[in-house]
Amino acid sequence: MWTWLHKLGSPQRFYSLSGRLIPWFAVLSVLLMAAGLYGGLVLAPPDYQQGDSYRIIYIHVPAAWMSMFVYVSMAFAAAVGMIWRIKVADMVARASAPLGASFTFLALVTGSLWGKPMWGAWWVWDARLTSELLLLFLYIGFMALQSAFDDRRTAARAGAVLALVGLVNIPIIHYSVEWWNTLHQGPTVTKFDAPSIHLSMLIPLLLMAFGFMCYHAAMVLVRARNELIEWERNSRWLQNLITE
Amino acid sequence: MAEFFHMGGYAFYVWSAYGIVALVMVANVLMPLRKRRILMDNLKRRVRAKRRQAA
Repeated sequence: MWTWLHKLGSPQRFYSLSGRLIPWFAVLSVLLMAAGLYGGLVLAPPDYQQGDSYRIIYIHVPAAWMSMFVYVSMAFAAAVGMIWRIKVADMVARASAPLGASFTFLALVTGSLWGKPMWGAWWVWDARLTSELLLLFLYIGFMALQSAFDDRRTAARAGAVLALVGLVNIPIIHYSVEWWNTLHQGPTVTKFDAPSIHLSMLIPLLLMAFGFMCYHAAMVLVRARNELIEWERNSRWLQNLITE
Repeated sequence: MAEFFHMGGYAFYVWSAYGIVALVMVANVLMPLRKRRILMDNLKRRVRAKRRQAA
């Protein structure tokens, strides 16, 4: 495990491995999303209470899940980079932030477009919505901090501290619908007993969620490779590789 | 087909949501790929200049 991590931690090894993985994740994500969209928009029946407006769920929920998943993985990568001084981990953390911010933004916007017809308001200062908005600011703060330092190591360390402190927001988002009396509906999938959502709706939702996950995996690797090219522009192996 | 696009009267909300998601996700693919091309071009130019100097 440790030798494996260290091997992966070498920029050269990461560059070649990620190059091989990206096309697989990309193809898989397109297939999963195509199947999920077909299942969700065409095959699944309308909701008995919300009619067809509920179909926003197939992008809203995966985006919201990803906004939290990406944050946790970003904080984890930043922590690994800070503790073991693995540069590649810092690159992954840096690459995660804009993607996480995008997913958070999309969760908020699609939620707003769902809230308007169902709740009668684009926005309410409800615990779930407010904590998700805070998540967006955490991502933006992380990115601002990264660009505020010229020295990449200092930037990575400062970012890691912010990312780790912000981690407390994640359980708050997740449990907000249970701890507070919110307008946002409670969980229907991530409950301990059986999910209270019909299979014809659950399957496309999960397909979309895995599709988003693969999309993220592909794009975080593309972005991390960009970081790597900038970071390692003076190293011989990279210069040799691109002039071959 | 018209019924599909009508979305039971929620067409505006459903399709705006899908449209914005598509826009952001496509932009998130194109931007890093464009950056990669620029980085690669710059690096290649630098390496070539350095080799010419060395030769």
